[in-house]
Amino acid sequence: MSKETSSPFWRGARDGAPFVLVIAPFGMLFGVVATEAGMDLAQTMSMTVLVIAGAAQFAAVSQMIDNAPIFMVLLTSLAVNLRMAMYSATMVPHLGKASLWKRALVAYFLVDQSAVLASETFEKNPERSVAWKVAYILGIMLPVTPFWYGGTLFGAVVGGRLPESFALDFAMPITFLAMIAPMVKTLPHLAAALTSITLALLLNGFPYGTGLILAAFAALAVGALTEWKLEGNKA
Amino acid sequence: MIQLSDAQLWLVIVLLGAGTFLIRFSFLGIIGDRPMPRWVLRALRYTPVAVIPGLVAPLVLWPAATDGDPDPARLTAAAVTIAVGAITKNVLAAIIVGAVTLFGMLWLLG
Repeated sequence: MSKETSSPFWRGARDGAPFVLVIAPFGMLFGVVATEAGMDLAQTMSMTVLVIAGAAQFAAVSQMIDNAPIFMVLLTSLAVNLRMAMYSATMVPHLGKASLWKRALVAYFLVDQSAVLASETFEKNPERSVAWKVAYILGIMLPVTPFWYGGTLFGAVVGGRLPESFALDFAMPITFLAMIAPMVKTLPHLAAALTSITLALLLNGFPYGTGLILAAFAALAVGALTEWKLEGNKA
Repeated sequence: MIQLSDAQLWLVIVLLGAGTFLIRFSFLGIIGDRPMPRWVLRALRYTPVAVIPGLVAPLVLWPAATDGDPDPARLTAAAVTIAVGAITKNVLAAIIVGAVTLFGMLWLLG
């Protein structure tokens, strides 16, 4: 190991600890929603461990409840996760030289929280070694991962026992809205979100969830074009 | 309720896991630092706001729990959740205030 003073792993763990406050209840909500939708414990936990991406998991469950064909369920949920390709790209300058299995390990743990926090830290400390950076990002996930798994487990066990009056049908929409509202921080984001809503509602009658996919593609284009226009005006 | 068979549901779980991993591994493991067109990276940034609002809008306007009729309690809860999320940028706060609003409205409207 290098001769750097404080351990990057523990520094990552310390920096990642506050995320637990969001991750635990969020994981629990997924456990509740998946169980309510009819997934058994093994299925709920497998999804949470294999996918480890809340928004996509909620999207998959929502599409499956809606009786969309498997292909559309996958397309919609993976579309939600495409942002992670961007995280993957931002890690290349920092971790591109790590061994293949370490890059694979980091890729599994590249969630919203770890990707955003790690890229901030790496930007501030570009001179740190590859080993330091790998240890840091794994450190972030030390508190996050168990609370994500554990939250889901707790929600799945408790969820089936909650009474109808809890209006659990609306846990998913509220979670989606709470996730997305803070992300709409620029005019292009707002334009994309409004396009998505309008078209999804207009095309709601389209079969197999195709309306949503069309709405999403149009929204992507509107977001990117709005950004491009705004940049043009600035220059 | 999900209508898929057990085997189909497992297929979704495994493929979603594999697909998500491949997305995360894409640049780090496969593409590396080969240059990508700027519009690709630009578009990736908008994927969550392009998909999730469209996914959630029909659930908010036409909830299954009320047989697709717009429901004042759910609409109010949705509006409050968006407002709290947009102002505080705090996901958890938005979920909690949204849930409290929903229960409060359901109780008020009986």
